[in-house]
Amino acid sequence: MNPSRTNPAQTNSARAMVRTSGLLLVLALLCLPWADFSVQTQSPGRELTKLMQGLFMPVWPETGTLLSALLNTLAFAFEGVALGAIWGFVLALLYRWQAVRLFAASIRAVHELFWALIFIQLFGLSTPAGVLAIAVPYAGIFAKVYGELFEEVDPAPGQALPAGTSRLSALLFTTLPQAWPHLAAYTRYRLECGLRSSAVLGFIGLPTLGYHLESLLRQGFYAEGAVYFYALLVLIATLPWWCHRRALPVFLIGSVLWLPPLTSLNPALMARFLTHDIVPAPLRAGDPSSLLPWLSQLWFDQIAPGLGNTLVLAMLALVVMALIGLLSFPMVSRLFGHRASRGAGHLLLVVLRSLPEYLLAFMALILLGPSMLPAVLALGLHNGAIVGHLVGQYSNALQLRDDASRGLNRYFFEVLPRQYRLFLAFTLYRFETVIRETAILGMLGIPTLGFFIDSAFSEFRFDRALVLLIATALLNIAVDAAARRLRQRLHLNQPLHYC
Amino acid sequence: MNSTAPLFNVNQAELSLGGRVILRDLNLQIHSGERVALLGESGSGKTTLLRSLRQQHPAEVAWCPQQASLVPLLSVFHNLYMGRLDQYHTLYNLRNLVWPAAERRREVSAWAERLGLEGRLNYSVDRLSGGQQSRVNLGRALYQQRPVFIGDEPVSAVDEHQADDLLRLIIERHTTVILALHNIEQALTHCQRIIGLKDGRVILDAPSRELKAADLAALYPAAV
Repeated sequence: MNPSRTNPAQTNSARAMVRTSGLLLVLALLCLPWADFSVQTQSPGRELTKLMQGLFMPVWPETGTLLSALLNTLAFAFEGVALGAIWGFVLALLYRWQAVRLFAASIRAVHELFWALIFIQLFGLSTPAGVLAIAVPYAGIFAKVYGELFEEVDPAPGQALPAGTSRLSALLFTTLPQAWPHLAAYTRYRLECGLRSSAVLGFIGLPTLGYHLESLLRQGFYAEGAVYFYALLVLIATLPWWCHRRALPVFLIGSVLWLPPLTSLNPALMARFLTHDIVPAPLRAGDPSSLLPWLSQLWFDQIAPGLGNTLVLAMLALVVMALIGLLSFPMVSRLFGHRASRGAGHLLLVVLRSLPEYLLAFMALILLGPSMLPAVLALGLHNGAIVGHLVGQYSNALQLRDDASRGLNRYFFEVLPRQYRLFLAFTLYRFETVIRETAILGMLGIPTLGFFIDSAFSEFRFDRALVLLIATALLNIAVDAAARRLRQRLHLNQPLHYC
Repeated sequence: MNSTAPLFNVNQAELSLGGRVILRDLNLQIHSGERVALLGESGSGKTTLLRSLRQQHPAEVAWCPQQASLVPLLSVFHNLYMGRLDQYHTLYNLRNLVWPAAERRREVSAWAERLGLEGRLNYSVDRLSGGQQSRVNLGRALYQQRPVFIGDEPVSAVDEHQADDLLRLIIERHTTVILALHNIEQALTHCQRIIGLKDGRVILDAPSRELKAADLAALYPAAV
């Protein structure tokens, strides 16, 4: 942002950015009357004390159980991300086609936990169910990111190739080598997301760290759960140190050997699920005329309230996330504080970034009971920490003048105005994730779309589940499009691929 | 020349930037009331010297760096007001960030007018031209209203006629003025003393009335 270069497109952007922020804030305030922020538990303070005691005095679990949960978490993540990367790569090659883009958008619009619910119906509680639950949505995400990276490479080397060079040769000799570093970096980053997803799959029964966390924490065995909690935290936070590129094949082969993605298929059951169970009840009964009433009842009873709650929760989480981002970025910025304060800030943000929102929400739910409060806190903390981390990193590149003010004056006059565009861009990017996660948090008992989807699955009403899933996917696609348009209007072109 | 203790005193100093020595064997005294121009080609160490002088009396120096380090999203008012952030309580500063006090607006707009920025007070500075931005940068230093002005090419981005006017304004409002300039005429007209830097050393330090433009040619590469 060099002030001497006046970009006509930017001239009114200062005001536009302030207006957009105000608008989002007003929207969130309008959502407040619909938000249920009640604390449902008897004594959240005492529960928190117990949780803290448990975290400070962990009880070592049976080593074999811990080790196998750890290896399972790794194996699901590696196999799922690898498969997703391969499929995503193939889709990215065909990304020119609208149909492929649409397909990729729709498979990534369904969260991995929802995919897991589907695949568990098809394959039982098995390795392929978990691997596919990660691989399918990740393939959609990889397709988009790889496709965009292919589009961004310098076209000159490709144009210089002799006429008649096959498309595959052109890809192998020009596009791929240029995009490779970015592809590799992103894929590796995605592994971190895969680990989080893998852990969270435990909450619906797959044997990862999340499985033990869920059962132990739910019963109040905090000291027993603490080690699993730390194991997950350390596993994700130290990923850059243990996950070297050359070790990847070893991890991948080890994963397949440890958890072979095999299961005995029951074709009759699968066929029944695909051709009978997910067909809307009126059609199954041979009564197409009652399909509309069936849909309209589903809309009024579940989709509309679920959608409303999802949006209310997401708007409030957006504001909490923004506030936490604004409060936390100076904690890790070299323009503020000293070495010790920044160390503490980094530690706090790494913890919040590493823990999946789902786990944070689950823990807050134990303390506060089922209302929107734990979900808003979890989404705000996790995503706010990511925004704070990113804005803090970028602020380190700022060169302040020798006589720049200090403290709050520096924050509000020198740094915040310069970083605001970036902050808004990251916040809007995160909003897309927040919507996805908001739907999912319904599975913890907050009546967003995920709540109704989860109920439909547990009542074996798969036809309803399918309609609800489609509604959720459409919401995600619409929010993606709206956020993209808003970013374009505000000229926030900072590319960000973060899960 | 002056019997009182010098305001700025550099004794046998070596100034470095990022581990690289920029100026060596530096001996320099500047007294209160002097008007000094630093001349020399770019890279000769003018900026480094100015920064080290500022550090001797940071609270008395109105500082005008060469890089117009303005905050692009903020208005002209805010960028000028920032010169006096240290004068007010932080809460008052925040109040002025959100909703400027009438008194401060009057004060700042008088300066803006003097600098030819009238009617631009509410413009965010990324909407201004390069010359206007450089006047805001200068205005921020003037608004500090301190006894010493240290400026690194403060008028290089404005036209010559305006530059003379602005230099007169700087001199009128400050007791001591130290300027890095690249225009020899401006230096001879407005300053009493010329210090010439070349290859990291002071090679000239004389009253400007004893100098002519030709004497200063040695400071610059002969080929020009």
